Amino acid sequence: MSSLERSDVARLAALARIDMSDGDLDRLSGQLAVIVDAVAKVAEVAGEDVPATSHPIPLSNIHRADVVRPSLAQEAALAGAPEAEDGRFRVPQILGEDA
Amino acid sequence: MAGLTYEQALERFDPVFGIEVHVELNTATKMFCGCANQFGAEPNTQVCPVCLGLPGSMPVVNQKAVESAIRLGLSLGCSIRESSRFARKNYFYPDVSKNYQISQYDEPTCFEGSLDVVLDDGEVVTVGIERAHMEEDAGKNTHVGGTGGIQGASHSLVDYNRGGVPLVEIVTHPIEGTAERVAEVARAYVATIRDIVKALDISDGRMEQGSVRADVNLSLRPKAAAGEDQSAVPFGKRSETKNVNSLRAIERAIHHEVVRQAELLLAGQPVVQETRHWHEDTGSTTPGRSKEQAEDYRYFPEPDLLPVEPSREWVEELRGTLPEHPAKMRARLKDAWGFSDTDMRDAVNADALDLIAATVEAGAKPQAARKWWMGELARTANDRGVTLRDLPVTPADVAELQQLVDAGTINDKLARQALEGVLAGEGSPREVVASRGLEVVSDDSALEAAVDEALAAQPDVLAKIQDGKVQAAGAIVGAVMKATRGQADAGRVREIILARAGVEG
Repeated sequence: MSSLERSDVARLAALARIDMSDGDLDRLSGQLAVIVDAVAKVAEVAGEDVPATSHPIPLSNIHRADVVRPSLAQEAALAGAPEAEDGRFRVPQILGEDA
Repeated sequence: MAGLTYEQALERFDPVFGIEVHVELNTATKMFCGCANQFGAEPNTQVCPVCLGLPGSMPVVNQKAVESAIRLGLSLGCSIRESSRFARKNYFYPDVSKNYQISQYDEPTCFEGSLDVVLDDGEVVTVGIERAHMEEDAGKNTHVGGTGGIQGASHSLVDYNRGGVPLVEIVTHPIEGTAERVAEVARAYVATIRDIVKALDISDGRMEQGSVRADVNLSLRPKAAAGEDQSAVPFGKRSETKNVNSLRAIERAIHHEVVRQAELLLAGQPVVQETRHWHEDTGSTTPGRSKEQAEDYRYFPEPDLLPVEPSREWVEELRGTLPEHPAKMRARLKDAWGFSDTDMRDAVNADALDLIAATVEAGAKPQAARKWWMGELARTANDRGVTLRDLPVTPADVAELQQLVDAGTINDKLARQALEGVLAGEGSPREVVASRGLEVVSDDSALEAAVDEALAAQPDVLAKIQDGKVQAAGAIVGAVMKATRGQADAGRVREIILARAGVEG
């Protein structure tokens, strides 16, 4: 039995703001389920003596001193923006969500 | 049931609340990049590939922000995790350009503490702290078109200067048992956090600029019957009111939510678990997005940042740098200064404690220091629309001014003029007294001449005084003060008048 249902995929698509047709959902829920199940196999291999790992390289505490470095100029910061106005990024109206 | 009062609501229901406070740190740079962390710059001039979330950029943790977070955690009695990590909180909203905020989730740096909060009448409430974790602030959206709010806006403009500014979020456990004092406890809790971050000097603590912000969770449950255990009654559904950004607003928001939820419950309607927005102008809240849909942030460990593993030695070293707890410091100063509860509360609310302390340190008596800062200077600051510490006068100036009064060089009235001069940038009190010629006239011959002149102008006064109406001397004292432009020693003038009348003073 697949660990991933079609409804899960529809929900993830909605959260990720991806518009999917019924056909997309059918196709992708099958494909994604295969991936999820493959990853689940890895979990079976890990015994109790293997701690959960989020970072494969054994490093920690790589910090930076609190010293100001130059920022981008405003024009440079906005150069890649589809639209800009008054030195700010201009984005489409935000509907159905809060400020 | 409409028209319920707050008191009536709390007679029927028991409130449980929790608070999330976001503290903006005053580090020189942002949390994960070297852009300046400074309020008020031109939009998008304190941004770089890291805080804009451009592809290929890599964040690096600000050491000073970690230090500040640990010091704050220690001040809240928290344990410091030996290994903590960052996580991505995923959501789509233009205030985060990466489509995720870097935060901490399952391994916050500081966890399980407690904070004693002292209410105005001295009662102490202990608030359990669940966690204090590091995260980054979001950018600022400006909605254009319509009425400036999000509804009806045609588009929005985004400034990412604030994006990536270091924050510590402090989360309480549910706070029970406060009953009718719920709003007071909430306010005092946030005020205490503000005082602590200022004492630690890790944030400017200015709520009006958003450097300390609060979200208030509140739920109501039925009051337990007499003799039964209130804590055995399950919690009700809670609302979370976002961005309650002043101490007064925290009290008002709790009043509003208590009444709103009680009215729903009494009408047999459910309270919806949701985010609500606080409206300062109407003193009310309105629903935001519903929790179940929006709160799926799909947290996962941030792969671009390494774990934070503060050594025990470093943590203990930082513990050694903690300032005295503000509540303890207040109690100590109140005692040492002999202030009343009201004096102390007013000084705290005016943010004048350290100014008064520095003035006392500079040699003034506590009551005199208080009188200047809470009187003349508070009025001036109020008139100018600035805070006390923005006034161009130092505690040393105030101490010097009071020394001149104590030495009899100037009287209170002249001291106020001298202070005016100091505030106008004319120099120290001593310099202003010299340059404006404000010294009290205590030369008897000059005063005697002035008294004689005044007596000659009001010949009936002498007879009245001799008839026993000693208060009539006041008219002459007034005339002499006027003639000397306030620079006469009023006590000495009175003595001279009484001597002229041949009456014992």
